[in-house]
Amino acid sequence: MSKIIKLRKGLDINLQGKAAESLVEVPMAAEYAVSPLDYEGVTPKLLVKVGDKVKAGTPLFFDKNNTRVLYTSPVSGTVSAVNRGEKRKVLNVTVAADKEQVSEEFTALDLKKATRDEVIEMLLKSGLWTMIIQRPYGIVANPADMPKAVFVSAFDSAPLAPDFNFALKGEKANLQKGFEVLAKLAGNAPHLSLRAKSEGEMASLNGVELHTFAGKHPVGNVGVQIHHIDPINKGDIVWTVAIQDVAAIGRLFLTGKVDLHKVVALTGSEVEKPQYYRIISGAPVASIVKGNIKAQKEGDKVRIISGNVLTGKKVAEDGFISAAASQITVIPEGDKYEMLGWIAPRFGKFSTSRSYFSWLCPKKQYKLDTNLNGGPRAFVVTGLFEQYLPMDIYPMYLFKAIIANDIDKMENLGIYEIVEEDVALCEFVDPSKTEIQTLVRNGINLMIKEC
Amino acid sequence: MKGLRKIVDNVKPTFTEGGKLGFLASFFDAIETFLFVPNTTTQKGAHVRDAIDMKRTMFFVVLALIPAFLFGCFNTGSQVGLEGFAALWYGLVRVLPMLAVSYVVGLGIEIVYAQIRKEEVAEGYFVTGFLIPMIMPVSTPLWMVALGVAFAVIFGKEVFGGTGMNIFNPALVARAFVFFAFTPQMSGEKVWYSDWTMMGAQVDGVSGATALEQLATTGQMQWSAMDAFLGFIPGSFGETSTLCILLGGALLLFTGIASWRTMLSVFAGGLAFGYLFQAVGLTEFPAYYHLLVGGFAFGAVFMATDPVTSAQTNLGKYIVGFMTGALAVLVRVVNPAYPEGMMLAILFMNALAPTVDYFVVEANIKRRKNRVKLAK
Repeated sequence: MSKIIKLRKGLDINLQGKAAESLVEVPMAAEYAVSPLDYEGVTPKLLVKVGDKVKAGTPLFFDKNNTRVLYTSPVSGTVSAVNRGEKRKVLNVTVAADKEQVSEEFTALDLKKATRDEVIEMLLKSGLWTMIIQRPYGIVANPADMPKAVFVSAFDSAPLAPDFNFALKGEKANLQKGFEVLAKLAGNAPHLSLRAKSEGEMASLNGVELHTFAGKHPVGNVGVQIHHIDPINKGDIVWTVAIQDVAAIGRLFLTGKVDLHKVVALTGSEVEKPQYYRIISGAPVASIVKGNIKAQKEGDKVRIISGNVLTGKKVAEDGFISAAASQITVIPEGDKYEMLGWIAPRFGKFSTSRSYFSWLCPKKQYKLDTNLNGGPRAFVVTGLFEQYLPMDIYPMYLFKAIIANDIDKMENLGIYEIVEEDVALCEFVDPSKTEIQTLVRNGINLMIKEC
Repeated sequence: MKGLRKIVDNVKPTFTEGGKLGFLASFFDAIETFLFVPNTTTQKGAHVRDAIDMKRTMFFVVLALIPAFLFGCFNTGSQVGLEGFAALWYGLVRVLPMLAVSYVVGLGIEIVYAQIRKEEVAEGYFVTGFLIPMIMPVSTPLWMVALGVAFAVIFGKEVFGGTGMNIFNPALVARAFVFFAFTPQMSGEKVWYSDWTMMGAQVDGVSGATALEQLATTGQMQWSAMDAFLGFIPGSFGETSTLCILLGGALLLFTGIASWRTMLSVFAGGLAFGYLFQAVGLTEFPAYYHLLVGGFAFGAVFMATDPVTSAQTNLGKYIVGFMTGALAVLVRVVNPAYPEGMMLAILFMNALAPTVDYFVVEANIKRRKNRVKLAK
């Protein structure tokens, strides 16, 4: 095993509502959804209409910008709706699930003999290709590219993140197969990053290049890990896959069936009983949240987040769990005025600044709401973002280059190495309340358009 | 709290755009957000946010200024022969008009600009307005303060786009404007002492050179180093007590609001050049005197650390800080026309800081490019 890579920068936000290590098997829900909005820059072209019968793995739509990539149904059933927003933009395609689940059949490949193209073809047809994300930019990979390497992070360090050692119990064979598939894609051993002191059984996987990381969030972000293992330079392409998706890919190649089971953690201060749930990808939020939210006082609302509090998406209670989420977080809405709050001691509030008292009790678990805690301002404070981005990047200069639409500077200052999640902590700590994740995505989209 | 909230909610429509007093929207918003942290929730990006905001940041800077401010009041009184509480009270009454003028003129201009830009009023002036009376001699006429403030806010800040966009520290711009526009009134031996006769103050014939001027001309001062450290010397209102300034500095460093890199390197730069000049025989007094007299400590703790106008990279902060301290001592020792060099040193380094940062960032870009070469 290689030496431990220790990161000094970062921040662990201690929140209430960590998931207990108990797993609930969620029964089949009535409806499942696939949304093009779960992926960056996808323009969907529908392949089904309402009333069509589909199986698990039947394509629902493809991406006009990346035409070989199919987005398939996670379950078998009947297409029940194509929901559209403004300008007829497709929001999601829902499938009413059958009682008896059937999957499209794929012939299991012998990975020793199969060519790279055959492997790619199987991933594309089954829809599991959408799990392969390209860096730079954080978009679904282009099957025509040849990546430098594939990177997988075995742990998530975000607030209240699920423990994958628990979530992936019993999936070792699938993981092993999945990594063999990934090895085929890049032609070299995939990089797998473990968390020091909780390596778990993933440390014994074969055919992967293991790395061990220690430190605070964002140490679990694959982008941060790549920066310390083999940074992305101009012209480089690497692919990343989430650890649960590696297991799903392994399952496909072992059984020839599309089986999109995954485990999500239900977390957050407003959850009655935070724990783990086994669902099928695209399941309704209500299937795990219903009846599990603490009773609220009159006028109080909660926010349900598909993902973690830093990078997740706000969803309605009748919405669906997004494809990449392995966690649902429920926290109180902060739509309340607070008299002279900026000057008060505010003992219950969490801050990285010592102008509050949260530094006195580093172990305390906080119940944070969604209040912005201030108004948007120009950048004033300096030297702060650097402490929360463990990369050799000058974040403030990069953000200013993005604001100025200066492509050369963005490239020189490291836009290829980051996606939104890597700067989420900068956004969290910023006293000027700038929308930094949105800013970075706009910068990335400009790079995609111009380069 | 609920009653007040109701009142604010009731009058709010009048002050929002389209309302009868819509042209006062920014002003109203400033008052509303002063009274209440707004109920805005996160819409994009991170769903939870750190509790710190610009208001609290700026408030803590003002809090850090309080010890030096109170000592300034006391010293103003004690320089005209008062003692104890009477001295403090005298100084407080003496400086309040200046503070009021600074805030009324400065905030007035800020609010007008915020309204024109349809933005919220930025909190930067909260600190600037407090700093300005503290770096002026106590008997500066109020109209000069008003003029200096107006010049600083308009030409030092708003023409660049407001708080966060300015190149020069606005408080120092005000000081420099007053200093250069009214040099005869702003120097000499009388301006450092209050001229108000109330409360039995002995103002007749009180005059004398500051410690800095004495050091520059004779190489000695009439006060002990301890007096200078505690602050019982004439000088600008808030700058005399190094002890009280350091107390405020400690708060700024502890809360992480000011950069320890800048602060430390300003002192290091001043001390290094002080020793250098002592070693070559240009000065006869000990080098650490530089840190105790004049505006050195005040500038190092409260002005050079201004995050907007100082260097923005960590390495840049060391460099700019060191050069600021060194330059201040250089001006003091070598230039006979200016016994005080701190103001000019900070302003000069404000102008140079972006260039220093530029080279630091260029080095990072170069590292990134070298990485490509190494990979091949």
